Amino acid sequence: MSPPAARSHPDIVPRLVVGSSGSRPLTLAEERALGTYAPVPVSSVIGELERAGLRGRGGAGFPAHVKWRAVAAAAGPRVVVANGEEGEPASFKDRWLLTHRPHAVLDGLLVAADAVNAWRAIVYLSHPSTVRAVRAAIAELPPAVAARVETHVVPHRYVAGEESAVCRSINGGPALPVAKPPRPFESGVDERPTLVSNVETLAHAAWIARYGATAYRAYGTGESPGTGLATFAGACARPGVYEVPYGPTLRELLAECAGEVPEDAPGLLMGGWFGGVATTAVLDVAWCYDALRAAGSCLGCAAVTVLASHERIAEVAARLARWYAAESAQQCGVCRKGTAAIADALDRVRDAVADQADYDNLDRWGTALRGRGACAFLDGAANLARTTVDTATLKEQLT
Amino acid sequence: MKAFLDSTKCSGYGACADTCPSVFEIDEFGFGALIGDGTVPAGDESSARQAEQACPEHAIALRD
Repeated sequence: MSPPAARSHPDIVPRLVVGSSGSRPLTLAEERALGTYAPVPVSSVIGELERAGLRGRGGAGFPAHVKWRAVAAAAGPRVVVANGEEGEPASFKDRWLLTHRPHAVLDGLLVAADAVNAWRAIVYLSHPSTVRAVRAAIAELPPAVAARVETHVVPHRYVAGEESAVCRSINGGPALPVAKPPRPFESGVDERPTLVSNVETLAHAAWIARYGATAYRAYGTGESPGTGLATFAGACARPGVYEVPYGPTLRELLAECAGEVPEDAPGLLMGGWFGGVATTAVLDVAWCYDALRAAGSCLGCAAVTVLASHERIAEVAARLARWYAAESAQQCGVCRKGTAAIADALDRVRDAVADQADYDNLDRWGTALRGRGACAFLDGAANLARTTVDTATLKEQLT
Repeated sequence: MKAFLDSTKCSGYGACADTCPSVFEIDEFGFGALIGDGTVPAGDESSARQAEQACPEHAIALRD
């Protein structure tokens, strides 16, 4: 598949989808003209990230400066990893970034390495197009700079991008999650304090280091500042990767970018597949981490799939649940059994033979199974279970 | 004190729930689960340590 193109919301001056990068990779000369790789005041970077309120773009939305500061404060050699293993099936934004602006990611990785005083800087990848693009970009750099950056390539699977799986793989093991604690910021690559950061997070961090927190906050909300890359797909006129501000409703963003949502759309998939299903009521929720969470959905990796009028939510949910059961790493007994039980129950919902016990079980698993696995994979299946039975409106659509 | 359960190791022997039922339970799928966030109630530290020792899979860790 060819790398996806990207565009930006018409009301913003984009930070990542700049120049011609939407449709073709920027050259090193073009990147340098934008300021990429220009020196930044290293000692103030973490404070600037805190003032900017940058949140991690891998899906969790965790405040970036907390992880950076924890690694920077640790004793001994440290490691930074740019995590480009985009595991969410519905998300393409990291692949766009890595194939069109690899230098923006490498710039962020080097800024992070300097800010936490790391002795190793690693780009962690799986998709072949991203591997080619990043290695070509590293080859363009002056030898002394290129020598600072390693690449590590793993076979693609959902859990391979989980931060403990990242460290385990780089350490020579399988790309599978391990139980926490310790978390990578305590002990990760080489058993050293390790900053594992999503590639988009790093690109924004470099932008903030260069232009400052105040400029970063020109868009967005207080708790979800700035802009972010989003993948809009499914039943919309212009699917693709978009740089969008946080704050407007999802309905407004889709109308301005991917196209208005058809009135007969039965619902949406939110946060990649991690956030489960949602009715079209979610369209009127603000596009920010906290509002979507409060509405029972999630922003996650910022991938939204609009379901087409001919799709039934029950069929989609059953299909995704079966994918979760098959994609489970089978490491945790509760994940193996839990994803299978959710898939079986959603099969019965799809076939209109579910009884009240099935709905009660799905509702309970939606809460009780969260946080039970070594990684958040089971949480995704639990979210699917919960959101499928969550609203009366949805129940009407199921039958 | 707080308990952590490595779900990649748990095979559902149930020794934890037998030994320290204020911290551990067995879920409907037959695997060990923490009650709440794993915080050990005051006075149950000794039984939590016994549960840690009793687990055949060494799936339990305790942190003060």
